[in-house]
Amino acid sequence: MTYQVDEAGFYGEFGGAYIPEMLHGNIDHLKNHYTEIMYEASFQKEFQELLRDYVGRPSPLYLAKRLSAHYGGKIYLKREDLNHTGAHKINNTIGQILLAQRLGKKRIIAETGAGQHGVATATVCALMGLKCIVYMGKIDIARQAPNVSRMKMLGAEVRPALSGSQTLKDATNEAIRDWISNTEDTHYIIGSVVGPHPYPDMVARFQSVISEEVRWQLKVKEGTEVPDYLIACVGGGSNAAGIYYHYLDEPEAKIIAVEAAGKGIDTGESAATSVLGTMGIIHGSKTLLMQTEDGQIVEPYSISAGLDYPGIGPQHAHLISSGRAEVYSATDDEALAAALELSRIEGIIPALETAHAFAILDKMSFKPDDIVVINLSGRGDKDLATFTEYLNRETGEHKSDH
Amino acid sequence: MNRLKKLFSNKNAEILNIYFTAGHPKLDDTVKIIDTLTQNGVDLIELGVPYSDPMADGETIQNSSSIALKNGMTLQLLFDQVKAARKISEVPLILMGYYNQMIQYGFDRFLADCQESGVDGLIIPDLPMSIYERDYKDFFDQYDLKMSFLITPETNNERILMADKLSSGFIYVVSKSSITGSAKAIDQSQKDYFRRIEDLNLTVPRLIGFGIHDRETYLTACDNSNGAIIGSAFIRAIDQAEVLESSIKEFVSEIR
Repeated sequence: MTYQVDEAGFYGEFGGAYIPEMLHGNIDHLKNHYTEIMYEASFQKEFQELLRDYVGRPSPLYLAKRLSAHYGGKIYLKREDLNHTGAHKINNTIGQILLAQRLGKKRIIAETGAGQHGVATATVCALMGLKCIVYMGKIDIARQAPNVSRMKMLGAEVRPALSGSQTLKDATNEAIRDWISNTEDTHYIIGSVVGPHPYPDMVARFQSVISEEVRWQLKVKEGTEVPDYLIACVGGGSNAAGIYYHYLDEPEAKIIAVEAAGKGIDTGESAATSVLGTMGIIHGSKTLLMQTEDGQIVEPYSISAGLDYPGIGPQHAHLISSGRAEVYSATDDEALAAALELSRIEGIIPALETAHAFAILDKMSFKPDDIVVINLSGRGDKDLATFTEYLNRETGEHKSDH
Repeated sequence: MNRLKKLFSNKNAEILNIYFTAGHPKLDDTVKIIDTLTQNGVDLIELGVPYSDPMADGETIQNSSSIALKNGMTLQLLFDQVKAARKISEVPLILMGYYNQMIQYGFDRFLADCQESGVDGLIIPDLPMSIYERDYKDFFDQYDLKMSFLITPETNNERILMADKLSSGFIYVVSKSSITGSAKAIDQSQKDYFRRIEDLNLTVPRLIGFGIHDRETYLTACDNSNGAIIGSAFIRAIDQAEVLESSIKEFVSEIR
């Protein structure tokens, strides 16, 4: 079985490009040219130089000794949080901005949930001198205020998405509508492995630098390129796609995807798409998504704006359906507790999204020799308001205990 | 005989197709609007199936969609409303909806219910022509439903010919690359595009939509094709209507 995209743009039964005719020209052009453009020598040279000198790659692979002592195994953290702008998102935006330049586009649009992709897009637009418009749900604008300020500082226009649930799904709808109305001069930098083919594959390829580095880093540290476990949080799933990419055909590397359970999978306030979702179309891709019996897309819930998405990348849907990937979920409270624990035990404050990946460690049991790689996809500066509230709540509870 | 087919065999100019969202402004308005449009001589009605995430639609249609859903609109109700409308109107009716709803309902069941309730055709803007041809075309023939595909100023001639081959209703000529609801005049580059299509001598009728909002744009569309589709402007007209029937009558008489 292959886990990569086929000629027609599908991963098994998932994927494809279900788009209105208005986008056909742009999507078709991308589909026919993306690999040729991105593997061209001058593109690769510029891409690799920027990843090294601007982003700060390779990102370290760090053996978290105290975390390992606590949970068993040898737990390595892939430090994407140390990238410029604070998350893995920049790997993709660097790639796509170079692509947009070669396509002759002058205007960039993007959607963002937690704001990390918005910041990463605003950053590369500033770097290349291109106009940047970021769509962001009105609710997310309120809960991720620091990133909104960063985008504005970088010269981007942040447009609130006021329709639907006013979160990531609706920001994506608004970006698609903008693109329909501005097909000629605009490139849409999608931030995750979602959307119509070739986006899921293109974004995964740009993010695949993560697992490319893990392979040689592990070889140096452990004498093997292949870990026993790869763990990542999944909303749309771009950080996960990046860390899985070069291991998909090696079943000895167990793939773990962690979804946001929100307040609990059965509470009606959740974003655990692979559990709650059924086959359907979202943002031009056939995948698992949360919907009603009548095919209306359900508004998901997670404390983490970056995981608050009712769909999942089509490759992940395929990995999960075929059994290649195993899915766990973590609730809001479990993620908050995991964020606090990582902060206190390793001195690293993770993004709320990333904290979900750590929240499942106590549900797993590792053998002493197991090599575990967790994608530390982003840092938690943007979530300090939420963390502070959580700390106050925890402290309050302690007081009442006495 | 399929009512859409019958319409096009009797009439090939100045066809007026009015779009509105089922279940909007009020849940039970659908039948009344169909009836009033029929009485006012509208040739064809395109019934929007309310959807949570209408990707190709502008603010007006999005809003009407979310209001219809809040009103409690469902696919089952939609088919009931079409059945009720069929007791009083023989106007050709097509449904415009997004692919996801049909997958979830069951595509075969959806088409069967379309035929049973009296729907004549479909527009599914996010269903690619290639997948329609491979998976669904035979079902459309079996249920005697007509499919209409969209083309835009950026659709190349080869693809326009493909749309002509696969469309059994009409070709939906999107007047410009945009979402629905634009309210500008039609410019020369759009007229050139209409001319380019005309020169292809297509076999199915063409209706121009997107941005048709008044008598002037309607007449320009009719000069350049077999007729026009009006959606957002009509929805705006009935949105705040005190008396639905008189607003509809006024709107249609201003256009024609």
